[in-house]
Amino acid sequence: MSHAISLTVNGEARAVTLDDPRVTLLDLLRERMALPGTKKGCDRGQCGACTVLIDNRRVNACLTLAVTLDGAEVTTIEGLATGDTLHPVQAAFIDHDGFQCGYCTPGQIMSAVGLISEGHAGDDPERIREGMSGNLCRCAAYHGITEAVLDATRRMADADTASDADERASA
Amino acid sequence: MNLFDYIRPASLDEALSAWEPGAAWLGGGTNLVDLMKTGAMAPGKVIDVTRLPGLDGIESLPDGSTRIGALVRNSTLAHDPDFAADFPMVAEAILSGASGQLRNAATVGGNLVQRTRCAYFQDPWSPCNRRDPGTGCAAIGGETHNHAVIGWSDRCIATNPSDFAVPLAALDAVVEVAGPSGQREIAMAAFHHLPGDTPETETALAPGELIVAIRLPAGARAFRANSRYLKVRERTSFAFALASCAASLRIEDGTIAEARFALGAVAAKPWRVAEAEAMLTAQPPGAALFSQAAERALQDAAPSGENAWKIDLARRTATRALALAAAGTPARMPALPASTFGEPAHA
Repeated sequence: MSHAISLTVNGEARAVTLDDPRVTLLDLLRERMALPGTKKGCDRGQCGACTVLIDNRRVNACLTLAVTLDGAEVTTIEGLATGDTLHPVQAAFIDHDGFQCGYCTPGQIMSAVGLISEGHAGDDPERIREGMSGNLCRCAAYHGITEAVLDATRRMADADTASDADERASA
Repeated sequence: MNLFDYIRPASLDEALSAWEPGAAWLGGGTNLVDLMKTGAMAPGKVIDVTRLPGLDGIESLPDGSTRIGALVRNSTLAHDPDFAADFPMVAEAILSGASGQLRNAATVGGNLVQRTRCAYFQDPWSPCNRRDPGTGCAAIGGETHNHAVIGWSDRCIATNPSDFAVPLAALDAVVEVAGPSGQREIAMAAFHHLPGDTPETETALAPGELIVAIRLPAGARAFRANSRYLKVRERTSFAFALASCAASLRIEDGTIAEARFALGAVAAKPWRVAEAEAMLTAQPPGAALFSQAAERALQDAAPSGENAWKIDLARRTATRALALAAAGTPARMPALPASTFGEPAHA
């Protein structure tokens, strides 16, 4: 039995007919939507390389059956930048050398975006390390990753403050 | 992964009627989909319950109890400010389990029915009485660092890895279930089964029954000022416990009026011993007393392999969790799971 689902991926409405309920979101993105930025590491929810946002919450795409996602809004690494302008987390990873081989990086960045929007880690490095523990880096670029998440957290908080001020000024 | 029929019922009644032998309920999928990938589970039908209405709220009932809908996500519950203030060790336990991504997906009902398991259970090429009854147990005589030291049998020595279940057991939580013959309640103490001769019967759920809510009784809130969950593991984060303890005290005028503590990762269910808790009542808090109570809780412990060290570790974990609880619930809760290693030692 096939299943027809409609979902939004990186802001674009997509209608998909799944002929097999076993397809994970990870395989749907990589194999059928030409979005290979989301990586397959362990495929068992242990490494975090497949992290994406579903309805703005970070999850493992490898453990999510695509058939369950009718009506969902999915954001992958390909949907973060605005044109040529990188997302602050992407920019911070470059500035702080938060990677070596790069394979885990899309998952690290998506996880960091989720962590920052959850708002519980703040600018405490220990809480950031704890909050990022679902993302493994076999090159062990953890120091740069922590610095990048810290810096991005601050940049995004400053941007929020600035835009609040703009709103007050224009009000 | 074996092929399965997928259905997504729109109501509880529809879901219950869709159940058939060999079917599985799908919540967040963090355990089920993983086990379907390894082949340890192969349901012929997967019933997606995530869209069932009315099961995703956290509410206070008129009798003072707190009711958590089965579909509330683990992270949503742990970060709910009112819930975390009332039941700090439950929030602390949830946040010490799994990863941010898994906690965002996993439901609280699903957390309780995650499989009691070990590495051999997850490997379909190893004999396992829990996965395939009658085939034997590869863990006995095998690698046993994550295995039970109490309540195990010669059929199975696996532990239940849920952190969430441990404080729920200590606080006398109740599991509300719906099934073909109506709704009923199961006390946490009776929810998970010890393996005995039938390790495949893991919980008190009858075939076709589904968890709809978890309820914490009004009295559970009385422990909020002195509650901790301490988890000891092989790395700081994202690992199962080697030993854990949910400890809560109600202290009045410097004396323990009431004590609750349950141990995790030592058995197929949270381990709670009434006699050990009673030893703490009407006593002033103190290291020697906590150590004696922990010793009593583990009185029946015995290694299931090369894991006698876990008995000592569990005893020290419980002793320390009680001392942390006596020192008081930290101002910032849930506390950082790793932070207990960085805190000054308590009496």
